[in-house]
Amino acid sequence: MQTTTHHQPTTSPEIGGVGHSIPRVEDARFVQGAGNYLDDVNLPGMLHMAILRSPVAHANLVSIDSSAAMELDGVLAVVTGELMAAHNLAWMPTLSGDTQAVLATDKVRYQGQEVACVIATDRYIAEDALRLIDVEYEELEPITNPQRSLEADAPLIRTDKEDVTDNVSFTWEAGDQAATDAAFARASKVVSLETHYPRSHPSPLETCGIVADVNPATGQATIYMTSQAPHAHRTLFALVAGLPEQNIRIISPDIGGGFGNKVPIYPGYVVATAASLLIGLPVKWVESRTENLISTGFGRDYYMTGSLALDDDGRILGLRTDLLADQGAFYSDAQPTKFRAGLFHIVTGSYDFAAAHVTAKGAFTNKAPGGVAYRCSFRVTEASYLIERLIQNAAYEIGMDPAEFRRINFIQPDQFPYTSPTGFIYDSGDYETAMQKAMDMVGYDELRAEQAAAREEGRLVGIGMASFTEVVGAGPAHTYDIAGLKMFDSAELRVHPTGKAILKLGVKTQGQGHETTFAQIVAEELGIPATDIAVMHGDTDNTPYGLGTYASRSTPVGGGATAMVARKLRDKARKIAAHLLEASPEDLEWEPGKFSVAGSPDASVTIQDIAFAAYTNHPEDEEAGLEGVHYYNPPNMTYPFGTYIVVVDLDSDTGVWTVRRMVAVDDCGVRINPMIVDGQIHGGLTEGFAKANMQWITFDDDGNCIGSNFMDYLVPTAWETPRFELGETVTPSPHHPIGAKGVGESATVGSPAAFVNAVIDAVAHLGVRNIDMPVLPDRVWKAIQNA
Amino acid sequence: MQININVNGTDHSLDVEPRRLLVDAIRGDLGLRGTHIGCDTTSCGACTVLVDGTPIKSCTMFAVQADGSAVTTVEGLKGADGLSAVQQGFSAEHGLQCGFCTPGMMLVSTALLEENPDPSEDDIRWAISGNICRCTGYVNIVKAVQWAAAAARNGGEEG
Repeated sequence: MQTTTHHQPTTSPEIGGVGHSIPRVEDARFVQGAGNYLDDVNLPGMLHMAILRSPVAHANLVSIDSSAAMELDGVLAVVTGELMAAHNLAWMPTLSGDTQAVLATDKVRYQGQEVACVIATDRYIAEDALRLIDVEYEELEPITNPQRSLEADAPLIRTDKEDVTDNVSFTWEAGDQAATDAAFARASKVVSLETHYPRSHPSPLETCGIVADVNPATGQATIYMTSQAPHAHRTLFALVAGLPEQNIRIISPDIGGGFGNKVPIYPGYVVATAASLLIGLPVKWVESRTENLISTGFGRDYYMTGSLALDDDGRILGLRTDLLADQGAFYSDAQPTKFRAGLFHIVTGSYDFAAAHVTAKGAFTNKAPGGVAYRCSFRVTEASYLIERLIQNAAYEIGMDPAEFRRINFIQPDQFPYTSPTGFIYDSGDYETAMQKAMDMVGYDELRAEQAAAREEGRLVGIGMASFTEVVGAGPAHTYDIAGLKMFDSAELRVHPTGKAILKLGVKTQGQGHETTFAQIVAEELGIPATDIAVMHGDTDNTPYGLGTYASRSTPVGGGATAMVARKLRDKARKIAAHLLEASPEDLEWEPGKFSVAGSPDASVTIQDIAFAAYTNHPEDEEAGLEGVHYYNPPNMTYPFGTYIVVVDLDSDTGVWTVRRMVAVDDCGVRINPMIVDGQIHGGLTEGFAKANMQWITFDDDGNCIGSNFMDYLVPTAWETPRFELGETVTPSPHHPIGAKGVGESATVGSPAAFVNAVIDAVAHLGVRNIDMPVLPDRVWKAIQNA
Repeated sequence: MQININVNGTDHSLDVEPRRLLVDAIRGDLGLRGTHIGCDTTSCGACTVLVDGTPIKSCTMFAVQADGSAVTTVEGLKGADGLSAVQQGFSAEHGLQCGFCTPGMMLVSTALLEENPDPSEDDIRWAISGNICRCTGYVNIVKAVQWAAAAARNGGEEG
């Protein structure tokens, strides 16, 4: 596909199709404080739930005495694992085929694990009652890192599983070991890196929550839930709780950010639903921030080693990587079934070489489970980080500028579609054009000259780059499923008689602006103004089935479904237009919003005329109406890419580094709403900076979670966050109906390596090749001292 | 305890437990759900309201401490002429995504512009640095405040 600097809209601003930065429909309610988030849902008679969590990381559960709590006025029930077990609900399946405790029955396996739940008339009372529950624990050795977990004498964490004798959660490999060994055998140089991508937490500003409303008379369960995947959750609820699926309605209201944290089903959801079923009243549970940080889906925590084999000319011959995943107490990664380490095997990145081999192992530890795709397409972030860090180090070792090293190893535009050594088929790309644009924007050559001069003066300046390639938009049904559910997505479009329309989606926004951009896709395809199109999502009774929003899949998959259903309706509209114009359908020409007879432009009908006719004057051989639904099975994944360049000034006395410039050139294919795309990139860059600079969930040796609130778990404010300069190239996806690739996560995937590479670059001449994230000043200072 | 509190220009008399947080009184007792709870520890600012014109994190103030005060929440930003300049600016500059931090951000921005009608970028970033946004990277929030400042200076709606 041809790469251009910008996508020119083909519709008028009044129609507001693809390429127009139209204002967001969502804003009107949000700026007036009139959103409807989970905690805003209140139902008559609603009860409140609070959760008692384990204060210790690893212990046998000896006894629970809830009698004093039960005596408190306003307490209706104290739910324990024993009660849940009586209903066969003490354990639930995870998204990675493991089982997870809903409420502990045998032992607790991490600090913060759910032990008991109080149901009361008021949240204050429920919290009071938690303090009255007496739990006796018999403490066991806590395992706080995967290295210890795999030692022969480590205590067994998963004593609940029969036939399990060690703490290994999974093993997996990809690529070709023999070919990779051969590449390394003929290499003239091998460059290696060992680094940890630390545990992080998505921490959306709105925590997770549920209002479960099970009607005891009808059995109808209406479940309001902070869900990025309401349809999949409905099916999982049916399977786990044994409720008939037609009686379950999941409503995911406005969501205050997700970033992967709202993909899993959490124990609190199951208990609240069970409690509503047993008591017969609605039950609300909303996490505190601490609950969110210590118990729900974390991201990353991969210990990674990688080696590049190089020839004499600096060409990459092969890549070998090995991973050790700190899985927490349960294996609950949210990822496609066939891939035990997510899509980490995209690790060959933007570079053309023949051989790669990936080995991976996961280990149980006494930490919260998770492994969600935190603003990431299933471990693509870890992969991109590793290869981009290795690339820079390799350039140093062979004495070549990192940009030049990238240039000679990039996959070239004429190689697409490109089959990677681990089996991905990249759809399109032009990596050098994006990199050159970023270099021009930042003034790369001048900066290198300044860096050299600064070193003479004793000042440290670093220039770091990342030229990432992502794989997003899961995905084709032949390869991608979650819990057996194929990863298609859907759109239903109804054009009303007056020419206005409603679009219903299987995906679900958490701030990305679906109500605006998806209307623009319909506007592009049908010429109906975007402002005349309502978008509905998040209510399983009123939207077609889909797998939800995460892994940058909304635009690639849901967007494909939207374009395709609009095209179905356009095909029908052509027949109706032919009937109205008394012409043959094939003699009609389409321009956005109307059909006209070829050669007679005055003989035309608008899409609004056609919509009216669909209900008032439709052809006899056609069904009435202008409505349709499409389930889109994408033919391939999409592969967004770009180059990010970071310039830092580093104080060698303190190790403090500050970002002077941050240039980001993204190519996400065709941009539907450029304003929204830029906003997605700003947010992603900030989260990438956060991980490089401060965001970090740690544990002490006893397994206490340090970072259990926003005073200890640092997320960037406006003060620390760098200023960003954005650029774009446009290389459309050849297989996506509108050429779009998805963009919500590119910046989080690509930018951590750029920030860290910049810091390393400032001290590389001293011999420093690695500082683990977050790159804290003390770590930098020590690296300089030890160099 | 009985407290008297003026919220968005309307007087309310509430009977609250001494330990009841102001945010719970606003959301629960008064039903004003535009004020959000994000962290419980005064860190994120989603619960920011103006108490006698000063931005306060209402998750860390007891309702009884607001006795006799005038409180402005996001629901009080809109005037008789429609959305305030700050509200318009947030939409015009795409200063919000999920919308959860937005009420708090708009209230601190409103207080800033009241005190400093022509803030520099650093002034704005410092003023909103007690409020966390996980979506926008703050770039467009800064632009939104600048838009509102320009609109107020021009006396019109265009920034």
